[in-house]
Amino acid sequence: MALFIDVEVDQAVASDASLAAKLAEVCPVDIFAQKADGTLQINDDRLDECVLCQLCMNAAPQGSVRVIKLYDGNAVLGPV
Amino acid sequence: MRFFEYEAKEIVRKGGIPTSKGGFATTSEEARARAEEVAGAVVVKSQVLTGGRMKAGGVQFADTPQAAATHSEAILALAINGHDPRGVLVDERVAVKQEYYAGVVWDGIRKQPVMLFSDMGGIDIEEVAEKHPDHVGRGHFSTIHPFSEFQAKQVIAAVGLSGSELNRLVPIVTRLAKLFLRFDMTLAEINPLAQLEDGSFVAVDAHMEMENEARPRQQALLSELGVGDEETRQAREPTEFELAGEAVDAQDHRGVAGNVTEFDGNLGLVIGAGGGSLTLFDAVRAHGGRPANYCEIGGNPSVAKACGLAKLVLSKPGVDKIAVMMSIVSNTRVDIVARGVIKACIELGHDPAEKIAIFRIPGAWEEEGFKILERYGIEYADRSVSLHEAARRAVEKIQGAAATPPASA
Repeated sequence: MALFIDVEVDQAVASDASLAAKLAEVCPVDIFAQKADGTLQINDDRLDECVLCQLCMNAAPQGSVRVIKLYDGNAVLGPV
Repeated sequence: MRFFEYEAKEIVRKGGIPTSKGGFATTSEEARARAEEVAGAVVVKSQVLTGGRMKAGGVQFADTPQAAATHSEAILALAINGHDPRGVLVDERVAVKQEYYAGVVWDGIRKQPVMLFSDMGGIDIEEVAEKHPDHVGRGHFSTIHPFSEFQAKQVIAAVGLSGSELNRLVPIVTRLAKLFLRFDMTLAEINPLAQLEDGSFVAVDAHMEMENEARPRQQALLSELGVGDEETRQAREPTEFELAGEAVDAQDHRGVAGNVTEFDGNLGLVIGAGGGSLTLFDAVRAHGGRPANYCEIGGNPSVAKACGLAKLVLSKPGVDKIAVMMSIVSNTRVDIVARGVIKACIELGHDPAEKIAIFRIPGAWEEEGFKILERYGIEYADRSVSLHEAARRAVEKIQGAAATPPASA
């Protein structure tokens, strides 16, 4: 159970194999992976390692990946 | 890391310096064989990484191979200062005309090696330096510029040697200095460096210590000497707590969260950054605190590593609270360390606000870090609070009362 970070991904992105592959590739701390069927898997045990780099947000259509700071009143990470 | 005498002599040999004949043995039969190879009187010396061998009976003289075997059997069974011997060194007993000392040691203040030479060998160089300073020549040299024989010549001549003695000694001391640099030593000492009746010189005893961090690049030497990775060669064997710290650090490549040393206090320390660990450890003690450990954290470890280190420290029997303190960080993220130590508290069933006496890490991503700390009600300090003041607050908190005034301002 993550204490500090949560990530939400729109269903359209999560079910798109190419976007899922891209998210798995860009995340430096392995929060994302691909399931056997190509869809997106979010590794809950890696969420707290998030370094707020926004690479996932930039890899997917704007607003479709949301990084939530649980320690900051559930603030959604916005573009720098 | 320290080397046994038999290894040190092998390193001296590799450096091209003549040594007395002899060899290492782990059984009395091997010792007999070594003595037969020497074909003369020998000295049998216990191979332990501690002092006081002679006094403890760990050094014996033998005129025959049988006597060498008998002595080695006794020495092999003799623990010295709690150290069981690795084996014995069976060494030729040379006819010495004069004993000298030659050494190179790292000078941590000048940040350069210093070469030492004395015409009073066979005894501690510290004692000679104190009682007979005019009998010790010394000279620093660069680790960058090529070493010149002239530098060795100056140091040897400083104690009044000249002529053929000087000419014979210069290459030996030069080779010792080069060996020091080549093998990343912190100490390379030949004592005694014996002058024989024919005027030649041989290293009779040697003491070598290598920079621990150099082990990876000195693998060829270590393999040749048969020193395994599992041999720490430290002043004492690591405790379970310290080994667990190494395991935390080894769990991934990001940053450092380890190098833990165990103490018996009640204040756990998660400290680091550019010498900050040592400063903070001293500051805690100066304010009357009792550290439970020393450690190093930095280089942007992962949350899991920071968490693992904090969990280890918090789980140590007798630890009431932890102080998380660093000097100003640029390559370590405040928020990542904050997440790690808070996660450790929560996963161990503690209230972070209760267990973390103070969090004083200013620097990269501190705004995010401070938000996290505020969320969990943890006392934190920014860069306007000095390391000493942060240590004082931590000690005050753990003592539940005003801390002892600092030993020095």
